[in-house]
Amino acid sequence: MNHTALQSLLAALIVLPLLGSLAALLPAPPGLRGRGPDQAVLRHGVTVTGVVLAAAVALAAGFDHDRPAAMQAQTDISWIPALDIRIHLGVDGVSLPLLVLTALLTFLCALYGYFNMPAGPSPKAFVALLLLLEAGTLATFAVLDLMLFFLAFETVLIPMYFLINRWGGAGRERAAWRFILYTLLGSVVMLLGLLLVGLKGGTFDMVALASDNGSKLSHTTQLIAVLAIGIGLAVKAPMWPLHSWLPDAHTAAPTVGSVLLAGVLLKMGTYGLVRVVLPIAPDGAHALAPYLAAFAAVGIIYGSLACLALVRTGGRGDLKRLIAYSSVGHMGFVLLGIATLTPTGVNGALFANIAHGLITGLLFFLVGALKDRFGTTDLDQLSGTGGAALYGRAPRLGGLLAFGAVASLGLPGLAGFWGEMLAMFGAFRPADGLSRPAFLTFMALAGLGTLLTAAYLLLVVRRVCMGEHPEEEIPGTLTGASPEPGRRALVDVRGYEFAAWTPLVALTVLGGLWPAALLGLSDPAVQQLLAGGH
Amino acid sequence: MTALAGGYVQSVDWLAIAPPTITAAAALAVLVADLFLAERNKPLLGWLATGGLALAALFLLPLRDGDRRTFCLTSDGGACSYTADHFAVVIQLLVLGGALLTALLSMSEVHDRGADNTPEGPDTDPEGRGGDAGRAGSEGRGGRGNVPAGEFWFLLLSSAAGAALLPASRDLATLVVALEVASLPAFALVGLRRGDRLSSEAALKFFLSSVTATAVMLMGVSFVYAATGSLHLSRIAGALGHVDPRLDTLAQAGVVLTLVGFAFKTAAVPFHFWVPDTYVGAPLPVAAYLSVIGKAVGFSGLILVTVLAFPAYADVWGPAVAVLAGLTMTAGNVAALRQRPDRAHSAVRLLAWSSVAQAGYLLVPIAAAGYADSSGDAAHAVGSTVAYALMYAAVNLGAFAVAALVTRTHPAGRLSDYRGLYASRPAAALALGFFLLCLAGLPPGVIGLFAKVTVFSAAVDAGLGWLAVVMAVNVVIALYYYLQWTAVLFRAPEPAAQPTTGTAATAAAAPATRAVPASLTAVIGLAAVLGVALSGAPQLVLRFASGALL
Repeated sequence: MNHTALQSLLAALIVLPLLGSLAALLPAPPGLRGRGPDQAVLRHGVTVTGVVLAAAVALAAGFDHDRPAAMQAQTDISWIPALDIRIHLGVDGVSLPLLVLTALLTFLCALYGYFNMPAGPSPKAFVALLLLLEAGTLATFAVLDLMLFFLAFETVLIPMYFLINRWGGAGRERAAWRFILYTLLGSVVMLLGLLLVGLKGGTFDMVALASDNGSKLSHTTQLIAVLAIGIGLAVKAPMWPLHSWLPDAHTAAPTVGSVLLAGVLLKMGTYGLVRVVLPIAPDGAHALAPYLAAFAAVGIIYGSLACLALVRTGGRGDLKRLIAYSSVGHMGFVLLGIATLTPTGVNGALFANIAHGLITGLLFFLVGALKDRFGTTDLDQLSGTGGAALYGRAPRLGGLLAFGAVASLGLPGLAGFWGEMLAMFGAFRPADGLSRPAFLTFMALAGLGTLLTAAYLLLVVRRVCMGEHPEEEIPGTLTGASPEPGRRALVDVRGYEFAAWTPLVALTVLGGLWPAALLGLSDPAVQQLLAGGH
Repeated sequence: MTALAGGYVQSVDWLAIAPPTITAAAALAVLVADLFLAERNKPLLGWLATGGLALAALFLLPLRDGDRRTFCLTSDGGACSYTADHFAVVIQLLVLGGALLTALLSMSEVHDRGADNTPEGPDTDPEGRGGDAGRAGSEGRGGRGNVPAGEFWFLLLSSAAGAALLPASRDLATLVVALEVASLPAFALVGLRRGDRLSSEAALKFFLSSVTATAVMLMGVSFVYAATGSLHLSRIAGALGHVDPRLDTLAQAGVVLTLVGFAFKTAAVPFHFWVPDTYVGAPLPVAAYLSVIGKAVGFSGLILVTVLAFPAYADVWGPAVAVLAGLTMTAGNVAALRQRPDRAHSAVRLLAWSSVAQAGYLLVPIAAAGYADSSGDAAHAVGSTVAYALMYAAVNLGAFAVAALVTRTHPAGRLSDYRGLYASRPAAALALGFFLLCLAGLPPGVIGLFAKVTVFSAAVDAGLGWLAVVMAVNVVIALYYYLQWTAVLFRAPEPAAQPTTGTAATAAAAPATRAVPASLTAVIGLAAVLGVALSGAPQLVLRFASGALL
């Protein structure tokens, strides 16, 4: 595909959802009214995200896979000369998978929402916010200007805030506030760091700054910049101990919000570390990498211990909250991989990023489905004394949940395995100048974390999927107010649920069996970023 | 005669001084016309005033090159008292544009109230509890004093004329005169609502604190004059470079005291206590005017004296302004954060405190100018203030306009009255949400974000890292209350009032259907269009931050 076509595809990825978001607020034109305004606007959401997904796939197809390290489909227009801010877009092997993942997850969410709109105000605003969110995330992965990166980074906050606040479950207002305040506090600090880099480095252009590789920034500047930018990104990632917004936000968010939050928004943090921090301020990154690794290792252990506490019988653990904490653990692996500063580790981190997006996205969908069926995600209520017996009552749903759980614990052959293994492998032999004993300790901690992760996920499977199939069921009602959720008849996976989940399952298997497809894309780009854009 | 006086008479470039002159002439025309117009024709006065302001703004067009100066000394060196350089023209645009929007905003306020003299019956607060709410009730539409139309327009135009003169003044005498011309009518405007206790109280508070500041400033000016022997800014700058060591203390005191006067106008800490009460007591358009043009006057005067007259004492005023900026934004934000949403007038109070905080941001680049290595760098830094002020003016006037709209149906003006605005007036709610996000600096308010970025970068550039961090913390605090207000707009409307409130509930429901005056819609629309256009093309204002204006 020629350059212009790629350029316009990449631009369309950002512009289309933005326009779609505005269009969603307008009344439907004649001929597109559907069965009513609600249905029309939800269909509009599916259409726009579908077109965006098609554009993303076309972009991936047209991408020159022989040169993944090169920035492709570049657009570079001056926007605000006063601040030297340029609309610089481009895609390489690091950002391409994330773009496709975002487009895919948003499309699946729109599809899921079409059939299963979360309870709350009108779907009009829901679709508009979803599309705005998509535009912001896609822009984050596509822009190559520090200020635009910041702008895109902030753009997602308002829609996500409203998605949680208006369509969420119990405690949503508090959770939404925590989410937005934490992230804002982090991102304002990040802005200072980005400004420092831009002003001292003489440009906001990421490509130019990456090829300077920090040569124009003094050691102190780099330290301050990495600290400031790192804090902003670490809140988003989230890194222990800055994670405490995450469990509440995930628990309160509607299914679609949780999927996007875990699947896409968290990735913005780790992507920023790889794209901005590593190449632009390598000295600073080098100095602070051991601390990042330490926090990451603590995060892995902390996340899995929190999950173990939640999964206990009588712990009144919420399944959604459990998966949220498991995200803290999984993102710990990603951060550990980045902190090794080696190609192996960073590749592993990027792989784990994508894998976590697919698997946790799937898990949040599944938990959302459980919530629809049981009316609760409280593990104790779900499983009663013996277990929720999903295998017996809704075998497909039970099977999928078990699949998601084993994928999440990193079973070899599924996508969750490679990223975490590579991250730990990177920690086994960190970059020159980093303390090897320290990183070996972190690796050991991470290894312990995988064991704990396996433990709690298997416990979840045992409590939710297994158990005795109840003899008598009260047939019919799905959402009826039966006091005992364990006694209700269950609908197995519905058609639209299959449609929304199958791609995630397929890609999880594909990623596990053919990791080279992804690593082949990211490796050359990572080598180049670590070497300073040469 | 001419030959004799020729050496002393200064030539006058009428085109250069057209914008303030036309505004002043329009003020007089309105005052005279008021005498001859019948009561029912009074709205014509409003249009006359608006037309005058628009004409004055049009006369900025030939001044775009920014190379005109007049009232120059004919002897030694030719220091000029009036310079229409880029800085002056941009600030005049801000002042006249802001005054124009204020005039449109006032149209319904002045003429609706002027027209229907009959009280609208007992207007009790629907949820009247406690003193505050009771006070709000007495101020309901019927209870409010009428605004005399002729005087209102005359005072508004006079104040605007002073404000337009100030950024072009280049000597201390003209500066002080311009400052007073801008301020004196403002006192009267605040207290214009006849028979309104709150309004008179606000005016008195404003007057007393302002007069104190003026007295202090005059003393400072006289000290500076004593130390340097000149009133022209450029000559003061030269003379301050080599002051007689015996006069050094005098010059320093003069510099500090002069700055105090302008700090008062910008409502910087500790001269900010008058702001909330004055804004609440004043008619709403006047509060909007004070928050935008009043501030523009203060900070442009501050820029002129610091950057043009006192660069030699940058080590004195630089840190002082930096500390002032930090304190101002913190005080404003913390107070805004503590506003209770159900208190009467909490919306205007919040805007008042937030404007104090915004004044803090405006001061940051001025402080940065104090740390600049060269005068070029200093002029560059203050460009950020100008860019920020332009953004702030458009957006803040828009927010006040929506507040005026809501106050028409909810006279108490509480933040909780904004709940569910999206359900009843979606366009106004979206506009207010956008304005608030611009003030907060969060997308989709792109212009607000980038205006903050320029201010941040001015601070970081000058090495004022600590101030940048203080500002960052403040931005987050401000985000909290702006977002909370934005979120309220989109919440489900409150369930219908309890039947116990009886007539009050029906009275509250009835005006909800009142038609919106076209002038009010125009202000909101104009401000929103400006905000959206600037968000799409921030370069329009941000270019002032990159080029040297002075």
